[in-house]
Formats: sequence, structure tokens, C-alpha cells
Amino acid sequence: MKRRDFINMAGMGATGAALLSQFPLMGKPISAERALETVDVALKKQLADVALNAARSKGATYTDVRIGRYLNQFVVTREDKVENIVNTESYGMGIRVIANGGWGFAATDKLDKDSIAKTAETAVAIAKENSRLLTEPVKLAPQKGLGEVSWKAPIEKNAFEVPIKEKVDLLLNVNDAAMKAGANYITSLLFLINEQKYFASSDGSYIDQDVHRIWPAFFITKIDAATGKFETRNTLSAPMGMGYEYLDWRPQDKIHSVTTLYKGRYDMLEDAKAGGMQAGEKMKAKSVEPGKYDLILDPSHLWLTIHESVGHPTELDRVLGYEANFAGTSFLTLDKWESKNFNFGSKLVNIVADKTQVGSLGAVGYDDEGVPCGKWDLIKDGVLVNYQVIRDQAHILGLNASQGCCYADNWSSVQFQRMPNASLQPGKQKKSIDDLIKNVEKGIYIIGDGSFSIDQQRYNFQFGGQLFYEIKNGKITGMLKDVAYQANTHEFWNSCADIADESDFRLGGAFGDGKGQPAQSNSVSHGSATARFNGVNVINTSRNIG
Amino acid sequence: MAILSKDEAQQILKKVIGFSKADGIEANLNGSDAGNIRYARNSVSTSGEDSNVSLGVQSYFGKKSGTATINEFDDASLEKVVRRSEELAQLAPENPEFMEPLTQQTYQESKTYFDSTAKITPEYRAQAAANSINPAVAKDITAAGYLTDNRGFNSMMNSKGLFAYNKATSVDFTVTMRTNDGTGSGWVTRSFNDVSKLDTAEASKIAIDKALQSRNAKAIEPGKYTVILEPAAAGDLIGLMFFGMNARQADEGRSFMSKKGGGTKLGEKIVDERVNIYTDPWNENVPASGWGNNGLARKKMDIIKNGVVTNLFYDRYWASQKNVEPVPFPGNRIMQGGNASLEDMIKDTKRGVLVTRFWYIRPVDPQTLLYTGLTRDGTFYIENGKIKHPIKNFRFNESPIIMLNNLETLGKQVRVGNGEGFGAPSLIPYLKVRDFTFTSLSDAV
Repeated sequence: MKRRDFINMAGMGATGAALLSQFPLMGKPISAERALETVDVALKKQLADVALNAARSKGATYTDVRIGRYLNQFVVTREDKVENIVNTESYGMGIRVIANGGWGFAATDKLDKDSIAKTAETAVAIAKENSRLLTEPVKLAPQKGLGEVSWKAPIEKNAFEVPIKEKVDLLLNVNDAAMKAGANYITSLLFLINEQKYFASSDGSYIDQDVHRIWPAFFITKIDAATGKFETRNTLSAPMGMGYEYLDWRPQDKIHSVTTLYKGRYDMLEDAKAGGMQAGEKMKAKSVEPGKYDLILDPSHLWLTIHESVGHPTELDRVLGYEANFAGTSFLTLDKWESKNFNFGSKLVNIVADKTQVGSLGAVGYDDEGVPCGKWDLIKDGVLVNYQVIRDQAHILGLNASQGCCYADNWSSVQFQRMPNASLQPGKQKKSIDDLIKNVEKGIYIIGDGSFSIDQQRYNFQFGGQLFYEIKNGKITGMLKDVAYQANTHEFWNSCADIADESDFRLGGAFGDGKGQPAQSNSVSHGSATARFNGVNVINTSRNIG
Repeated sequence: MAILSKDEAQQILKKVIGFSKADGIEANLNGSDAGNIRYARNSVSTSGEDSNVSLGVQSYFGKKSGTATINEFDDASLEKVVRRSEELAQLAPENPEFMEPLTQQTYQESKTYFDSTAKITPEYRAQAAANSINPAVAKDITAAGYLTDNRGFNSMMNSKGLFAYNKATSVDFTVTMRTNDGTGSGWVTRSFNDVSKLDTAEASKIAIDKALQSRNAKAIEPGKYTVILEPAAAGDLIGLMFFGMNARQADEGRSFMSKKGGGTKLGEKIVDERVNIYTDPWNENVPASGWGNNGLARKKMDIIKNGVVTNLFYDRYWASQKNVEPVPFPGNRIMQGGNASLEDMIKDTKRGVLVTRFWYIRPVDPQTLLYTGLTRDGTFYIENGKIKHPIKNFRFNESPIIMLNNLETLGKQVRVGNGEGFGAPSLIPYLKVRDFTFTSLSDAV
């Protein structure tokens, strides 16, 4: 599930009132104060040891235990009213084992010794049952025990400690600013996540982690009753792996382009005001002439193209066929990687996986199978060089260690391979957004993410956006609407002709990327500087339905 | 514990309501036992079961409300959750759109629960997977599939005397069959309340045949084509149309149902006059609960009658603002079909495309309900009344409103199962439609 799907599900995209029943509640509703409580690490170790010992005594050759406390807070407003404030908590333990060479998993929310031991026994029984259908036993890449370690997201201000009233006031001010600037409707929200995760394994690791994420967002609609037309303008914020400091903007966090763009910190009030005006401007904008254009893509847009066309096809489980019945497989087959010369993109294209990037959604110290997180190349100078790997896949690529890409969205979900942050590296030469635009004869500058769709092997995609500006002979000449571009992943990345420098590098991201059956959600960031792609096919999306 | 009878649920809920000291209270008690098996690369990859019962309590004082949830049901826990919801209500800001709970409604029971499905075992699931994998292996094909079953109940009670209860079972099965040379792929979906109707071997054979027939697809030019949409493909786009039929959005001028000059298209003809779409919770092929959100009674109701929009969906607040009866979001969708078989439809097609399913459907423009997505797992070219050859997948950009205006032929109805989940639960016919817009080619198999 992408974050837009979450919005649709929550009834906030273009629909009316958001009801509690429409939220994807990820746990039990609790009070805001309760979210500030934590569970003692010594107690978690004791509980984990019960599970490790019980599993071993029943015949497990490997066990890992995750004790998770997952906290969410949603504050949702529309125009001049608060629609909903929800705090949720989910707390429990997931036990994964290898027995007779096969995986087994069981979970419980009753954390007494008997229940834990029984759950461990169930996990072992399932592993033994599954092992009867195995063609080959699980091969786990080695991971030495790390002892007792911890990791905390380097946040400055815990968003759960900020009073609800302050959040409500911010959102109502945001709504007011947008309405005064011409919006007819606005829904705004704050979505906060705190994952308190404890991991223990029979390798001898005991890992305590505290992960924070924040997503402030709004959705503006401008209508023209006379023509029956309407336009929308969504937030240019990014969901981040940060605390409430994301909303404490500083002058140095702003990039002044045709509209203000945000780097690492976000001025929600300013963006809402701009959004209100731009929704009106979109009503009057020129409908695009379809054809080939050179595209200048802002990081607030390009993150989603990276996510869909680079992030997903380099997931090794997709390449191997494990996701064939749902999300699909991948065009980046092993023979392309083995050849060491598959030109995924132009020489400018360097895409790096990085689970350590400060402020990113995917940043953790250790993944959900106790592997310390790192950074590696996926695409190097345009060539496919690596995938995303977990412990039981490392041997397939001849690696002697996992890359730390294992994640479960809850204590009750079994962990599997999920996408790390994957970012397009900035250009090495000093270049601003203006430097990129000034060389374009016929082009479109796209800001913000919009409609997105890609096939099950990740060849053919189509993306929309929030703001589209026509470029003629190196100058922005006005706003366009009804724009979407279609391309083939391989051709698109080979058309990458220019990338701005590091000073323009910014993160975007998905709060709820869906994968698996039953589906699980993952948060992941993708960074880039503004980049140019030549000769991309642009279509006009306007239609008449009477 | 997961499945409480009507009496057991009522007993717990009565206690909950009895603990209330607020102006009013509404409680929802729901539970389910779910199981699943997943396979890929011709081998089971994961399987599991999940059991869950939870009680949600909403208390209110004036227009301030608070919600708390618990999964323990002794008296002390029940009282605790009521007190907690009252504390939260006192702290909440006023919601001007808050609606007091409904008084007792009259519901008609619907047969949504089948013992056969409730009794599914891990062995059944393993056998269902084996019945799908074994024929694949025999044909040099790789199977990846997912079967999930659920038995559950929903119940609610409030301080105005309303009590509602329903129990239901469901089983959903999908499988993707890929030829080992990587050039062919087929898919099938099945969805039932009663598992005795499910035959994973029969379903898998269809996907295997599609995989074999779709090998070595040829590219044809994108453009406007007459298409025959299998029900899974048509059902996704029709399901998405339902999500856009909210009355408030239409009244606010931000929906494809909003009208030039203000107002809505309610009562207007928006699609071909042969299009009849309705909801009926008592349809035995796709039964749904007799009550929906907030305890509103569902009824058999036309949505589109002879091409004319006859109902939009009103929540209780918006209905009170517009002085109309609330209309709950339907529990199922049924599009009236015709007599034509798929073979008849192909025979009557001079030049066209047969589509098994669509994938990755996402909105492009809410004003026209324009969606984009791709064909997947079996797309074929029809010429002079015959399937000529498999073709490469297409991306489409199309609106279900345009699609239903371009209707040529209605075929037989089929219950649609899960693909991306937009279409279920529905009864949808095969549709033949002219001028369906394909905008580019995809190399994906």
C-alpha cells in the first residue's frame, strides 16, 4: 500500500469525513500519555530468553524473537474542524525458528512464560510440518552474536511528546492559510509512528531499537462550480524518519525554485499557502500537447519513479519468483547481473542502497534478523551490480553475509525481504536546478508525486505529478496540466542526461509500501537531486465524460 | 473464542452498555479465525493461522466522543474499557459532525456463513496447494498461489437499543502459472463463501492453459480496440467507480458525479442504457451482511438503472444535511449480465483483444474517473471471430464511464475474486466494449 492508497482508504483523499472505522488501525486505541511509556529492556531480555530456550528444547536449530511495541498517532482535520485524533498501540512477540531445515513462525500478544513457551513450540511444529515439503533446507548466511546492543533514531523532538493541541493548532492554521489562498477544501493530517523493537536470536544477539517516523500532509481541492471542473494540489512534504523537528523549518532548509522546495525540514504553512494559490493556477493552466519532452524531475517527484523502477526490480525475492502471484517478478534477472555489463542506465546513474542514512524512513541500526545495517551499490555507473538480500538468500549471490534487508511490519507478521532506502546519487559537477533548466529547449519541469503505475516485471510505467511547468528554450514559460509520462524503465534511465549537485539532494519516500500475501507495509526513503531525462513520451490525460 | 454466537455476543455487549455513565455509548464486538497458505516456485513458502476477537467502545458526551479497545472479556476488563473511552471522550475536541447512534433497526438475515468453510484445516490448505502445484510441475510450469480463508462475526449494540449481528465465512484463491521459459503467464481467481464450491485443480488448469497459450506473444500497435473483458478485469474498474459515488464529494463539486453549474448527476443517464448495476445482500452467489456502517440496514437497491444513476452513498451526517435517508456503502456489487457466452462474444468480433485481468490500476484524473493500469497474465488478439495469437501486454488509460458508454455486448455473470482487491465481492458479466484506449506496450510477461 502506497501512502496515497492509505489516504484513499482513510477517506481523506477526495472524500468527505474520515471516520475511525475507515482508519487502517494497526493496534488498539490508547491515550496519548500511554504512548510515552516504554517497556524495560531487562524484562524484554527475560521474555526473549524464555522463547529462545523453549524453541531450542523442542528442536529448533535457529531461533529469533521479536518483541515489538508499535505506536501510531493520527491527527486529522478538514477546513475548520478536527475530524479525528487516534492513538494506537500494538504489543506482542513473534518467534521464528528453523527446525528440520525449514522455517516456522508463530506470534502471541500474551507475554507470560507459558504463552511464550507454547508459541515457541507452535513455531517449531510448523517448521517441522513445512520441512516435509522442502526441496532444499534453509541456508542461513552467518551472523555472529552481537551481545546486548541498542540503537535509537537520532531525533531532536519526540513527536509523541508534543501536545495534541499544538498539532491541532498547526493543522487548523495550515487549513486556514490554504483557504485564504483560494482553496475550497483541504484535509490535513499528521501521522506519527514509533516502533520500539527488541530482537534476540540464538546467535547471541539482544538488540533494542527505537524508531521514529513522521508524515505531515495536506490535500487541497479547488473547484469551479460553473464549469464543474476541479483541481487538486497535494503537499510537497516527505514522510521522514525524524521527530517533530521536521516541522521546525530553518531558512537554509528551503530551495527557492518556481515554488519553494524543502530539504530535510518542512514549512507546512508556507506550502499550504502556495498550494491554495497553485490549485487555482492549475485550473487556468494550458492542457499539455502530447509528444516527446525533456523532463526535469524534482526529488519530490523522482523518489517515486526510483522506488517503482529501481527499488522493486532489485528485490531478490521478486527476481527469484517468490512474489510472482501478487506484485510480480522482475526484469532484472540473475543473468543480467552475472553478465556484469547490463546497462541499466546511462553512466551518470549511480543508485545506492543505504539503511544508515540519517533522517530516512528505512534507517535502523540492525534489521529484523539482527544484521547490522550498511550501504552498498545497486547500480554503479549505469551497470546493475547488486540486489537486496537477506540471510537465507545471501548464498544465491555467493555472498557470505546478509545485506540487512529483513523487515516485518508488526510482531505478528513474519519478517521477509523489504526494500532499503535506495537513492540516485547527485551529480559530481556543481549544478543548480536553474543550470539544468537553462539547457532544455522543449521540456517539462515536474514537482511533487501524483498518479503512479508500473507493470509486474517493472518495464512499463506511467507517472503524474503535482505541478507541471513548460520549459521553452531554457526558460519556464508557464504552468501545464493533464500531464503524465510513460516510459520503459531501461530506456528511461538510459536517457538520464544531467543531475544537479549534492546541495540539491533531498529525500522523498513511501510511508506504507505494500508487499507480500498477506500484505505487509514498509516505510522507505528515496533521495536524489533534480535530474534531467531526454525525449520522454508525455501523454495528455484530459477526457470528456459529458 | 473467535466465533461468538449471537447470544454470546449479545450477553457481552449488554454488560458493556450497562457500565456506561456517558450521554451514550456504542460498542462493536468482532472476531475472526483466518488461515492461509502461500506457495511459489512450486513449493509452499509460508502458511499460518490467526485468531482475533476485539471489542471497541465509543462513548460520547454531547458532540465529544472517545474510543477504546480491548481483547479481554471479564467484567473488570469490560468496565475498564468503558471508563477509558469515557475519559478519552472528555478530553476530545467537539466534532460538529458527530451523529448520535441509531435506534433499533430491522435487519433481514443473510446466509453468509457456511460450516464447510469454517471447518477448513491446515491439511485442507496443503492439499489445495498440492492440487495446484502438481499439475503445474507436470506441464513444465511454475506455480505461485495464495489461498486464504476466514470465519468471523461482527456485532454491535448501543445505548439507544440497537443490536446487530452477522457471521460470515469466505475463501479466496489466486494462482499465477508461469511457463519455465519465462514467455507465458496465466492467472485465475476464485472467491466463495462456501468452500465446497472451490476446486483448486479446476481453477489451476485454466491458469496453466492460459500460460501455455500466452507463450511468445506478438506486439501489436497500441490504440483504440474492441475488447472482451473477463469479469475480473471489468470488475476492478466497476468497483473503482463505486468508490467514487460518495454523495458528499459530488455535492461539494469534486467528483465525476458533480455537475456543471453545481449539483450532481443523480437521476441522469451517464452510461449505456443496457447498464444495470445494483446491490443485493441476499443474492445467493455473492451474499453480504444485512447491515453496514454504524448499524444502517442494507437493502436491495439500484445504483445504475438503465444507464441512469439512481443512488449515491450518503453517510448519516451528510444525509442529515441534505434531508435525505442515509445510504450505506453496499456490501456487494452486481452488474446484470446477458446470455452471450465467451465463445459467442469472440465469434462476433472482427478485430479485438481478449483481456484476462488488469494490474496496478491507479487513478489519473478524478474528474473523469480516468484510470491507468496494464493487462496481465493472458492477453490475446481476436481476428474474424477467432483467437489469433497471444499479444504483449498493454497499458491502458480509460474511464469506466467511457467504457460503459461504449458497451457492445453483455455476457454471462461470474463472481469476481481478489486481484488487487478493487473488484470483490461482485457478480460481473463478461463485457465486450468498443474503443478501449491502450496507450503503450509493455514487455512484461
